[in-house]
Amino acid sequence: MNTMEQLTSLVQIKGIRDGLMATFTDASWEDQRLALIQQIDEKPTFFQGARLAIDVGNQILKVNDIVELRDQLSERNVALWAVISESPTTEQTSQLLGLATRISKPRPEERKNFVDTIRDDDVALFLYKTIRSGTRIEYPNNIVIIGDVNPGAEVIADGNVVVWGRVRGVIHAGAKGNRNAFICALDLSASQLRIADEVSAELKPHKNPKPEIASINEEGKLQAEFWNVS
Amino acid sequence: MTAQVITLTSGKGGVGKTTAVANLATALAMDGKRVVCMDGDIGLRNLDVVMGLENRIVYDIVDVIEGRCKLKQAMIRDKKLPEMYLIPAAQTRDKNAVSPSDMMRICNDLKPDFDFVIIDSPAGIERGFRNAIAPADKVLVVTNPEVSAVRDADRVVGILEAEEKGSPLLILNRLNPTLVKNNDMLSAEDVLDLLGIQLLGIVPEDENVVIGSNKGAPVVTDAKSRAGQAFRNIAKRLQGQDVPLMNLESQGGLWSAIQRLTGRK
Repeated sequence: MNTMEQLTSLVQIKGIRDGLMATFTDASWEDQRLALIQQIDEKPTFFQGARLAIDVGNQILKVNDIVELRDQLSERNVALWAVISESPTTEQTSQLLGLATRISKPRPEERKNFVDTIRDDDVALFLYKTIRSGTRIEYPNNIVIIGDVNPGAEVIADGNVVVWGRVRGVIHAGAKGNRNAFICALDLSASQLRIADEVSAELKPHKNPKPEIASINEEGKLQAEFWNVS
Repeated sequence: MTAQVITLTSGKGGVGKTTAVANLATALAMDGKRVVCMDGDIGLRNLDVVMGLENRIVYDIVDVIEGRCKLKQAMIRDKKLPEMYLIPAAQTRDKNAVSPSDMMRICNDLKPDFDFVIIDSPAGIERGFRNAIAPADKVLVVTNPEVSAVRDADRVVGILEAEEKGSPLLILNRLNPTLVKNNDMLSAEDVLDLLGIQLLGIVPEDENVVIGSNKGAPVVTDAKSRAGQAFRNIAKRLQGQDVPLMNLESQGGLWSAIQRLTGRK
């Protein structure tokens, strides 16, 4: 086998409903990236204008890794739109770059293991930054944000959402239908909140914001009330 | 000497990026700096028009990238300021003719001979935007005090942070102090509060800006214009000088006199 074939076999590409999917193994990221680009360069007409998702397994990727690949792909007129990963770090990086981290068909087997070993309530994604417009953060458990959620940003958790800052974007807690989920923030003014399938009416901005907690009350309505320090 | 590469971007179109590029470059050149402006808006070029250099274009940036001319041949010298050049965009190609690495190569070639390279980014967050920010040492986000413009600016700031470009600086363009006073416009505080980035300057609304752009004579050359003064101050700050923000309310005039009389704030 010559080197070219060895390289090419590193990354598998197959068609999925939303375009193409390239699956990476745990081998060196650099080698696999080159292999993918090589494969594209060999059949430019096939890849021209393609939408590509990549499944990177356990690879821990930094912003630069993903940006470099995306730029190389974009030079070849291939659009990188999703990065599927086992690593929360990689997932977060991809989300911050505005890439999808889930494709229509949920991932089989492995994701389950992760959830099984730890109880849902115990896990939270901790973000120490302001979530800006156009950013969508999705997480299968709780989300804690130290920073603001700006207008145009979306935060979606299967569990609870806690924001140590101002919320002016969209927050959806209990996204898989958990009606016991709650949302709390230092300032919940002027945003849209959702818990399970309940949607809040538009909240008016407060003159003097106080910490608030939103949950579904006994009448089944989404309601926000000031945090009672008693 | 190595030039600082500064990219102006905004997300939303029409907030005054191109005007700001023309004015800042002119102000820097008036301060004796050697400046090149690059129009990053391939296919929709207009920096050349605002700078009044349209009819001098022979070669453009795509000609340089595709090897049809030398970099020097595509650089158009300004009519009045001999130390200021423009590298125009191509009007007849699309943005895929340029890649981020092309932009970095051109900037690296320019760096030894200049003090500032100023890049005008196209609107949007797609390919053209990526091209424009790739070589930047510093990114300036231009926005208007309008909810939609600020939201797009927020998106751009988020992308710049995710790409580890460092925190950008803000230019708040076309602020109307009277509207702000009457609570009819977002104030500088509202915008800064949301974006949470450092303010480089506020440019007041000024009809001379449009007149200047149409004449191909940027408003900074008008010593009396307040917007011109604001751009001159921003250029000074880019050179590391500490210039305080202008007091936009000291405008005087009949209307503010009436407001003072009637006690409205």
